[in-house]
Amino acid sequence: MDKFTKLTGVAAPLPQINVDTDMIIPKQFLKTIKRTGLGVSLFSEMRYDSDGRENPDFVLNKPAYRDAKILVAGENFGCGSSREHAPWAILDFGIRCVIAPSFADIFYNNCFKNGILPIVLPQEEVDKLMDDAERGANAIVTVDLESQTITGPDGGSIGFEVDPFRKHCLLNGLDDIGLTMEKADAIADFEAKRATRTPWLAGA
Amino acid sequence: MAKTLYDKIWDAHVVHEAEDGTCLLYIDRHLVHEVTSPQAFEGLRMAGRRVRHPEATTAVPDHNVPTDLDRAKGIKDEESRIQVEALRQNAKDFGIEIFDVADIRQGIVHIIGPEQGLTQPGMTIVCGDSHTATHGAFGALAHGIGTSEVEHVLATQTLIQKKSKNMKVEVTGTLPTGVTAKDITLSVIGETGTAGGTGHVIEYCGEAIRALSMEGRMTVCNMAIEGGARAGLIAPDQKTFAYLKGRPHAPKGDDWDKAMAYWATLFSDEGATYDRVLTLDAAKIAPVVTWGTSPEDVLPITATVPHPEDFADKGKQAAARRALDYMGLTPGMRLSDIEIDTVFIGSCTNGRIEDLREVARVMEGHKVKAGLRAMIVPGSGLVRKQAEEEGIARKLIEAGFDWRMAGCSMCLGMNPDQLAPGERCASTSNRNFEGRQGYKGRTHLMSPAMAAAAAITGRLTDVREIA
Repeated sequence: MDKFTKLTGVAAPLPQINVDTDMIIPKQFLKTIKRTGLGVSLFSEMRYDSDGRENPDFVLNKPAYRDAKILVAGENFGCGSSREHAPWAILDFGIRCVIAPSFADIFYNNCFKNGILPIVLPQEEVDKLMDDAERGANAIVTVDLESQTITGPDGGSIGFEVDPFRKHCLLNGLDDIGLTMEKADAIADFEAKRATRTPWLAGA
Repeated sequence: MAKTLYDKIWDAHVVHEAEDGTCLLYIDRHLVHEVTSPQAFEGLRMAGRRVRHPEATTAVPDHNVPTDLDRAKGIKDEESRIQVEALRQNAKDFGIEIFDVADIRQGIVHIIGPEQGLTQPGMTIVCGDSHTATHGAFGALAHGIGTSEVEHVLATQTLIQKKSKNMKVEVTGTLPTGVTAKDITLSVIGETGTAGGTGHVIEYCGEAIRALSMEGRMTVCNMAIEGGARAGLIAPDQKTFAYLKGRPHAPKGDDWDKAMAYWATLFSDEGATYDRVLTLDAAKIAPVVTWGTSPEDVLPITATVPHPEDFADKGKQAAARRALDYMGLTPGMRLSDIEIDTVFIGSCTNGRIEDLREVARVMEGHKVKAGLRAMIVPGSGLVRKQAEEEGIARKLIEAGFDWRMAGCSMCLGMNPDQLAPGERCASTSNRNFEGRQGYKGRTHLMSPAMAAAAAITGRLTDVREIA
């Protein structure tokens, strides 16, 4: 996983609530056995018409936002399925930070596993950033994970919360499995106790 | 201190807790399907890791598989075929049991877990699928995970987790005639919204929940995720134990007695506290349908399509306008005047034997309206076989339904079972998102009984007028 330290780039506005995982990456793209290559299909059904032509009104097709690195969206972003293809598609497009008033749990969790920083902010802060984002290329935003601040184009900055363990993993690009493997003894101890406490589960 | 059912299962599975509350949680059962696992197995290979407990892991292809009767000849869609083959190869390489396409035990992962006795009270169960919440009906802590976590569980049999909050949904009283578990779970989402359960584990309780069969309880827990909760729970009782006894993976002999003694402790203690409580009166729940493109867009069938201005919140107004446009509906029209093209009966929400019996009961003496496409996709090969043995399949075929092989099918349309643009479907599945059942397809969620009623009349229909 790539480290996430400081990110500077254009923020794209998607002022819509309940952006679900089927919108982010429709099912026909879930048949891949790879993690990469999904960026072109991100938001496919909003981004292209039925003949595969770009919809010029969709935000990521507008010249100012084609290289967006940040997405600002409405509440309950990422609701729906557990498909990690959703953060994979976002990452593959080049977006590494999503800012919204709230996220669905599984999506939120999946972001951190892929070096994407999901930031929860109060609605009024999101509204302000959404206004900034509407200004396109003139609205360069900087997200600094170390100091937990977002700096807007007018120079004003706002703070955000992030779980310390997840922050640590993102800053250092740490692999969860490697970290857990270090606790192999604790797992083995647990399994030994479990074999006595709930014997029907051992080897079940 | 008084504990909730969630507290008890959680505490029994904590392997390690860090100072900040981040826990390593032990996972008892891991269910794997073809769509969210290939990258996880690939990750294991690249790191030279093995599956820590292949015997705790079960694989089944379900999302991609065609439901044609002759599917044993092979999958035509190349990408789907590769994904199913990858699952087969991974199961073989890592020593995992698989219920393959030609196996009678194949079916939707959340149907076969309970069916095979893989799902047991007090367990932690995960799967790379958000509807893993289904298994909570047995008093198991079950939730969906992403592919990175699938890999983590395969390698370590644990998950890194922080504890969620406790939410209680109590459904008091008795359900009126024609109102089912699906109406309960949709009505709860209508109350809480799709983000209402975010960060929580929901425990469903109350007289109306107790009165449900195990299959009804599975329908309720299945859609906990549509309410934003990763997991739904129902305390196990005699119905749970009776359902489990004798199933292939259920404990046997002495183990059964020990398990029963433990399972009997799995309930929320008197005085346990919840972070959030919602109470619904079963008597006030009506047969419901969804009108929009979010599962929270729920209304009784007797209602009319809402106006965007009916919503106080600006975001919701915009969402409603978008949904009405997508669904091709006019505010103020009666829901029962909405004409449909297609009926889909199936999915992990409503693809079990009782669902098919209910459809057969409503269809008694009726036919599917001429010109409608009506398909039934049993949740598993065994559900299909049972329906055939009970004579239900024959009745449904005679009534005009297309009787198909088991899989996820049109619930998400990853296989060829999809809606065409503009096609409107009465569906027993769980999501009405834009494009969910097919590009520009229009989905109305409802119970199997309501879908059967719609099949008869060709429009959204109050089942109480029919049977």
